[in-house]
Amino acid sequence: MTQKLVIIGAGMASGRVIEHLIETAPDAYDITLFNAEARGNYNRIMLSPVLSGEKTYADIVTHDDDWYKSHGVTCRFGEHVVRIDRDRKIIEGQNGTVPYDKLVIATGSAPFIIPVPGKDLPGVITYRDLDDTNAMIKAADKGGKAVVIGGGLLGLEAAAGLAERGMEVTVLHLMGHLMERQLDEAAGYLLRRDLEKRGITIKTQASTKAILGQDQVEAVLLADDETLPADLVVMAVGIRPETRLANDAGLEVARGIEVDAQMQTSDPDIFAVGECLEFNGQLFGLVAPLYEQAKVLAHTLLGKSDAFIVRDTATKLKVTGCDLFSAGDFAEGAGREDIVFRDPSRGVYKRLVIEGDRLIGAVMYGDTADGNWFFGLIKDGTDIDDMRDTLIFGPALQGGASVDPLSAVAALPPEAEICGCNGICKGTIVNAIQGGAADLGAVRAQTKASASCGTCTGLVEQLLQVTLGDDFQMPNAQPICGCCDLTHEDVRRLIKSQELKSQEAVWQELGWKTRNGCPSCRPAVNFYLLADWPLEYRDDPQSRFVNERKHANIQKDGTFSVVPRMWGGITNPAELRAIADAADKYNVPTVKVTGGQRIDLLGVKGEDLPHMWADLNKVGLVSGHAYSKGLRTVKTCVGTDHCRFGTQDSTGLGIKLEQIMWGSWTPHKVKLAVSGCPRNCAEATCKDVGIICVDSGYQVGVAGAAGMDLKETQRLADVTTEEEAIDLTLAFVQLYRENAKYLDRPYKWVAKVGLDWVKSRVVDDLDERARLVAAFELSQTIYRKDPWAEHAEEAQKFQPLADLTLEAAE
Amino acid sequence: MSWIDIGALDDIPLRGARKIKTDVGCVAVFRTDTDEVFAAMDRCPHKGGPLSEGIVHGQSVTCPLHSWVFDLNTGQARGEDAAITTFPIRTEAGRVLIDSLQLTGRSAA
Repeated sequence: MTQKLVIIGAGMASGRVIEHLIETAPDAYDITLFNAEARGNYNRIMLSPVLSGEKTYADIVTHDDDWYKSHGVTCRFGEHVVRIDRDRKIIEGQNGTVPYDKLVIATGSAPFIIPVPGKDLPGVITYRDLDDTNAMIKAADKGGKAVVIGGGLLGLEAAAGLAERGMEVTVLHLMGHLMERQLDEAAGYLLRRDLEKRGITIKTQASTKAILGQDQVEAVLLADDETLPADLVVMAVGIRPETRLANDAGLEVARGIEVDAQMQTSDPDIFAVGECLEFNGQLFGLVAPLYEQAKVLAHTLLGKSDAFIVRDTATKLKVTGCDLFSAGDFAEGAGREDIVFRDPSRGVYKRLVIEGDRLIGAVMYGDTADGNWFFGLIKDGTDIDDMRDTLIFGPALQGGASVDPLSAVAALPPEAEICGCNGICKGTIVNAIQGGAADLGAVRAQTKASASCGTCTGLVEQLLQVTLGDDFQMPNAQPICGCCDLTHEDVRRLIKSQELKSQEAVWQELGWKTRNGCPSCRPAVNFYLLADWPLEYRDDPQSRFVNERKHANIQKDGTFSVVPRMWGGITNPAELRAIADAADKYNVPTVKVTGGQRIDLLGVKGEDLPHMWADLNKVGLVSGHAYSKGLRTVKTCVGTDHCRFGTQDSTGLGIKLEQIMWGSWTPHKVKLAVSGCPRNCAEATCKDVGIICVDSGYQVGVAGAAGMDLKETQRLADVTTEEEAIDLTLAFVQLYRENAKYLDRPYKWVAKVGLDWVKSRVVDDLDERARLVAAFELSQTIYRKDPWAEHAEEAQKFQPLADLTLEAAE
Repeated sequence: MSWIDIGALDDIPLRGARKIKTDVGCVAVFRTDTDEVFAAMDRCPHKGGPLSEGIVHGQSVTCPLHSWVFDLNTGQARGEDAAITTFPIRTEAGRVLIDSLQLTGRSAA
């Protein structure tokens, strides 16, 4: 006997159920199909190509009116279902009732709207169905600016489509990298880079505070108070199952409508399929599990036994030119190992995650040809132990075409600047080599590249190698560490010329062989990035040694030392009392006066640090940075204030320098001193920058040392005014920040580049001096602040995460 | 196994660590760049350095005192005949759970 089957919702999942029923048992059911949209089933996955203009609606229709008619399906399209009456087994539609024997709920999902002011303004749309898509196409015809909220799959497809249609698009994403559920940071970086190449602006960690506008959306306001003008706002932050009808009918609903493995709800005659359901605590949004559900439901409806099993799913982004693939589990959980492959010249990144002998996750970008093969290994749980060494090269097992260490240089465009001193681009150098310059000397003579400070020598040599092949013998250069084949100098130059502004960019573009560096290279790269891109990149504490992360020096027993800043070595009774009180309160075992004219409190427990800092902050004491690769101290003598020999206000100059420079990060520590006369009581002649005051002005010396090596300063210049002395100091330190290898003190760096080169930039070239001073000041707008004050507010981070000794005692 | 909740994953800095106090001593809880978690004694066998203050790179940590490197999967020190004790730990719905049975005075005895 034919039973009455009612289906609510004509989407991809229910469409597949109907196909299965009609194929296997066309007479089993008399089917009525409700759909709130006034049309039948179309391939929603293909809405993105419709938005971008690559396809039309007609291309993506899967079931049109004729198809339903020819298969005897009664269609009630454009009609909302008002209520499910379970007692009488009747569906109440807007235009009348229909009885059912079996009911399938396939209401799909609704876009999640973030609850901010202005969310209902005209011009704010979601991205879910054809009407949304058409609304976007219409809006894009007028041009202007679009803001897409949400950097997931849907949001990015919307952004790419709108950009394709000529809008100026900004994507706002709450998390740190795009598509964080499907991609790791490295692949997220490459995706971002490709989208930015299309002119799409990406803002991560961007939280929307409000949508602004009078009668129509005009702008989006972010949590950091930045305002982005917008003619169109697309919300694509996520979806939630549409469960209203099921809720009203009293079915069991958690986040979605709860079903068992046969797709049956808590009512044995009611079933659910698709995005509206929840199974074993999971929701489903990708098409593969939805089709699997449809097959299981069709079998259930026909009385055949079948059960739905959750399988891993793979993700692909449908944006032309962005080739990405992810599958399985590539985060969370101990005992996993990675295989990473990067090819900067092709923009390729692949990462496989292995647990035991099994592949459990894969992320790929740029070359996803082997994606399905890896997905198969994940799904089948294949033992990969035997092919582990060559696994990442895919099924062809071509046996390890090793990455060319020169590929980062080979990948540079001709206009990339190689020699910063002389402004020489790759193209110029390659032309010279092709024109007969066969060694470093010839290239230097013809182009001036690497003829000044010499730090780009390694890159020029690599260009010789890339251009001449085996005809050029590379000298042995010392790479940063085992993670990378490039030298520190090469990495610094490439960060500048390729405009690499994040760690992920460096790892990928320079072909790092590890996931995120090691304790040798990561602190160096962190410094290079913050020195070259002070506004775009922020210091990463997790890439710093413990002292710079804790803002205190670790001692051999794990306690710390605390050194408050005393500007120019000057203090007062209130500060001394506060220091004495802190020493008492926190049981400081040792109080010592340092060589840099500061007071050192040694033996402080890590947990006490933020509290001690808060106490010291109260009288105005701030961090002395006695722990940092940055400005340490400016030592002074009392100068003209008290001394009968003093020639200038050495104390005042020292305080000024310290107040300008404190908080700045440098390749290694930087110590200054200012002496009021040539008797040199402040010992300025063995400092990184040491100033000796004389009757006629100031003698500025640089590159001294009194540590592992003992070096007397070399005279940079004699100047007549305090202002000039300050400018020279800042310009010298900035030049050092921009060029030196991480962990080279200034004297080592000057020995490499030559004092003459330093003088030519800092002393002789007044424009360059002004640029250096301005660049230092720009960076200081970010870093001239007290880290103690910031950390004192988050004291809980210095405490143990948990204390289980208490629990065990209970 | 007796899993005990010690805090939220987000309370541990990415590529960083926190320590917890237990009857067997301080235990370092590490979080890698891909949100994997590991737990091990917070004491370097070389000179007692606090490993929770080290730099976390890949699935390894480097001691802040003298740069010994430990594999967090096994606890083995790289290039040294020494290891740190590791403990079962996992995450669930953004929380970090550790097996408390191995952290009491009794089981250590």
